[in-house]
Amino acid sequence: MESYEIVIIGGGPAGLAAAVSARKSGIEDIVILERDRELGGILNQCIHNGFGLHTFQEELTGPEYARRFVSQVEELGIEYRLNTMVMDISPEKTVTAMNREEGLFQLQAGAVILAMGCRERPRGALNIPGYRPAGIYSAGTAQRLVNMEGFLPGREVVILGSGDIGLIMARRMTLEGARVRGVAELMPYSGGLKRNIVQCLDDYGIPLKLSHTVVDIKGKERVEGVTLAQVDGQGKPVPGTEEFYPCDTLLLSVGLIPENELSRGMGVELNPVTSGPRVNESLETSIEGVFACGNVLHVHDLVDFVSEEAAAAGRYAAAYVKNTDKDSERRAGIRIKPGEGVRYTVPETIDPVRMEEKLPLRFRVDRVYENCYVSIYFENRRIFHKKRRVAAPGEMEEVGLERKELLKYPHLKEITVRIEEE
Amino acid sequence: MEIKNLTCINCPLGCAIKVEMDGETILHVKGNTCKRGEVYARREVTAPVRMVTSTVRVTGGTLPVLSVKTREPIPKEKIFACVQALKVIELLAPVHAGDVVLKNAADTGVDIVATKNVALVKS
Repeated sequence: MESYEIVIIGGGPAGLAAAVSARKSGIEDIVILERDRELGGILNQCIHNGFGLHTFQEELTGPEYARRFVSQVEELGIEYRLNTMVMDISPEKTVTAMNREEGLFQLQAGAVILAMGCRERPRGALNIPGYRPAGIYSAGTAQRLVNMEGFLPGREVVILGSGDIGLIMARRMTLEGARVRGVAELMPYSGGLKRNIVQCLDDYGIPLKLSHTVVDIKGKERVEGVTLAQVDGQGKPVPGTEEFYPCDTLLLSVGLIPENELSRGMGVELNPVTSGPRVNESLETSIEGVFACGNVLHVHDLVDFVSEEAAAAGRYAAAYVKNTDKDSERRAGIRIKPGEGVRYTVPETIDPVRMEEKLPLRFRVDRVYENCYVSIYFENRRIFHKKRRVAAPGEMEEVGLERKELLKYPHLKEITVRIEEE
Repeated sequence: MEIKNLTCINCPLGCAIKVEMDGETILHVKGNTCKRGEVYARREVTAPVRMVTSTVRVTGGTLPVLSVKTREPIPKEKIFACVQALKVIELLAPVHAGDVVLKNAADTGVDIVATKNVALVKS
């Protein structure tokens, strides 16, 4: 069986950044396995600008951002296999994959980096009544059709869900000549960035209907229209508020789910809140030597943070392979508890001995808060208290933890992150 | 006097800003809660600009369409003219990221460039 020191599953932004950083950390023997026809993942279809402000201090389009990393992978001579689907990973890190050239093959990995990304929630997850006519697409599918395959999936469009992909597609379809009649959002606020609401909806006079959902889809062969209704505080449609929108296309932008079939198959423990693996400070899963980063770990808003996280996973994986991680014995570590107002944290445990000098603790809040404080408690002692003018579920929060600080508390068992109001 | 309503895009707070205008002159900026909001509002009511990204057709390449962008932001009112001008363009592969696809798009003085490589299909 062929063997590699590090096998990276997925050649999107996470896989690319992990590969580059592992190579720069001295690992020669790396392979990226990518199921699509080219590297870059979802960035290839995100042709809009706004990527890379943090990483490169300039605004790039998705393909340009991907190119920066693909060039590095090529310059560093990192091996990759395209059109290659990974079927299974065993707990012993044997990767089973296939492609048209080699058929079914197996690789033995010293370390595995999971970088499979996420996929969109489909219609089936929503319980919308009606037939199953043509014309219902997830926003990302429509994005791929328009931006990479050169097809316009419809002319009269309603979008359900105001996530960023839905907003971006409202503008994209408009520029391609379609008429977008409106965007319905179940929540009383949008999960998308303000900038996208202004530049993708307001600029084109597309209405955003908050606290609204689709209650019926009309049409048997092709979508003929959808009925929108207002919802109450419990998300239940309010009778009498129904309004019919004629359209031939319904786009769904209703959330992303980390794609963890392979992780689950190998027995990696998952967090039910993120649907991603539980990881420690090294971004290492419950299986030693198996690391996770990017959207497979938790869904990110900005690719810049995916690259940063993946680079860390690459360094930690390299340290594991070289056996230079200070102490190969796994300790329980300090538990990070999501307190009031916090839905989850990544990582979930920290071993101060193994962590890098500075570790970004990432988390999401459970609703919109104004003038709140992000507080960090070491047991019952508050050691960090910082004001946020606004915190919203759509924008990932981050607090930096320093190793030298944590080492001052040798008996620390639990750290809590809380949102405190005034 | 005219009032223009804007949503600030600088942070998730999304302040509703009202700008009082007398013709081209800005009289007051209200509703913003920080300095960045005022700067944004002043630019947005006087000379709003946007980057435009789209695609053009390519023949003989590994992909049927090529992603493109304006090299710099262009005046907002020129967006549709720009996209219209791109509709009739058909390129031959190969194309390289950075190649100029359309010079001086819709008289904005800004070129439209490729943001991706599209290789020639090997026959």
